[in-house]
Amino acid sequence: MLLVTVYLLSMKAKVYVTLKPSVLDPQGKAIQHSVELLGFQGIADVRQGKYFEIALDQSLDPKGVEEAAERIAREVLANPVIEDYRVEIEE
Amino acid sequence: MKFGVVIFPGSNCDHDAYHVLSKHVGQPVDFVWHRDTDLSSYDALVIPGGFSYGDYLRAGALARFSPVMNSVREFAARGGLVLGICNGFQILCEAKLLPGALIRNHDLHFTCAHISVRVETSATPFTSELESGQILRLPIAHAEGNYVCDEATFAELKRDNRIVFRYCDEDGALTEAANPNGSRDWIAGICNRKRNVMGLMPHPERACEEMLGSSDGRPIFQSLSNTLAAMQER
Repeated sequence: MLLVTVYLLSMKAKVYVTLKPSVLDPQGKAIQHSVELLGFQGIADVRQGKYFEIALDQSLDPKGVEEAAERIAREVLANPVIEDYRVEIEE
Repeated sequence: MKFGVVIFPGSNCDHDAYHVLSKHVGQPVDFVWHRDTDLSSYDALVIPGGFSYGDYLRAGALARFSPVMNSVREFAARGGLVLGICNGFQILCEAKLLPGALIRNHDLHFTCAHISVRVETSATPFTSELESGQILRLPIAHAEGNYVCDEATFAELKRDNRIVFRYCDEDGALTEAANPNGSRDWIAGICNRKRNVMGLMPHPERACEEMLGSSDGRPIFQSLSNTLAAMQER
């Protein structure tokens, strides 16, 4: 029983949020510049994004997990006007 | 006629807005806490500037989920007047009451300065006391004021005369140097389709007394008051 609980508790939704290609990313540009100052070459572009880990407890129906994570990403974590998102479920 | 100034955790221009409306416009004002949901006694709302919820996630993103925002949405749908200033503009965009989004300034700086904006239309309840082409001196103080929107939205904003303020130089010219944050087409403020919701990045509430360097912001609040007075006479 304990093992089952631990297994379910470790279920995770991973959400990656990135700026749409059409949106300028001045932070990414500044990071790219710093990386180049460090001596690295061949950096074509740096885009900064956000990464979220959502730990899920056993109260959620496993079948609904993906849909729930998708909604959380779309309605809260990302602003679809400027950002894209990608959801991964890790069991 | 009664105004409400909505306060979220982290709002910090609420008292300025209250002061202007009560002292200079001379109308009754209440503070409205973000957990309040009854807006039935108000005719106009100000969503003030600040750093609601610490700007976590994105500026304005978390304030959208405060209980008061559902009521603000209904209030706006009924035709109530809503003015969002700075963080208030960001909140209104996140809440989809205004189109587009405000992203990090193109130069990454938090810019705190007096700038010029050009009134692009007097055909809103917020600018009826101003003239199209008039230049106002207003302060800005933001790091995320770079207005972006897609092509369809931009075309619609232009077609329907919904760009209310544009950044400009002292003579009203749209020069590159006069755009403080990289906003698309120098956009500093827009309104919704029904023209009863407006957001702008500059702070008119901080420019209502000559002692503070400018009183150019006052006609915006006076416009609101006059519009409401005219509506109530009818």
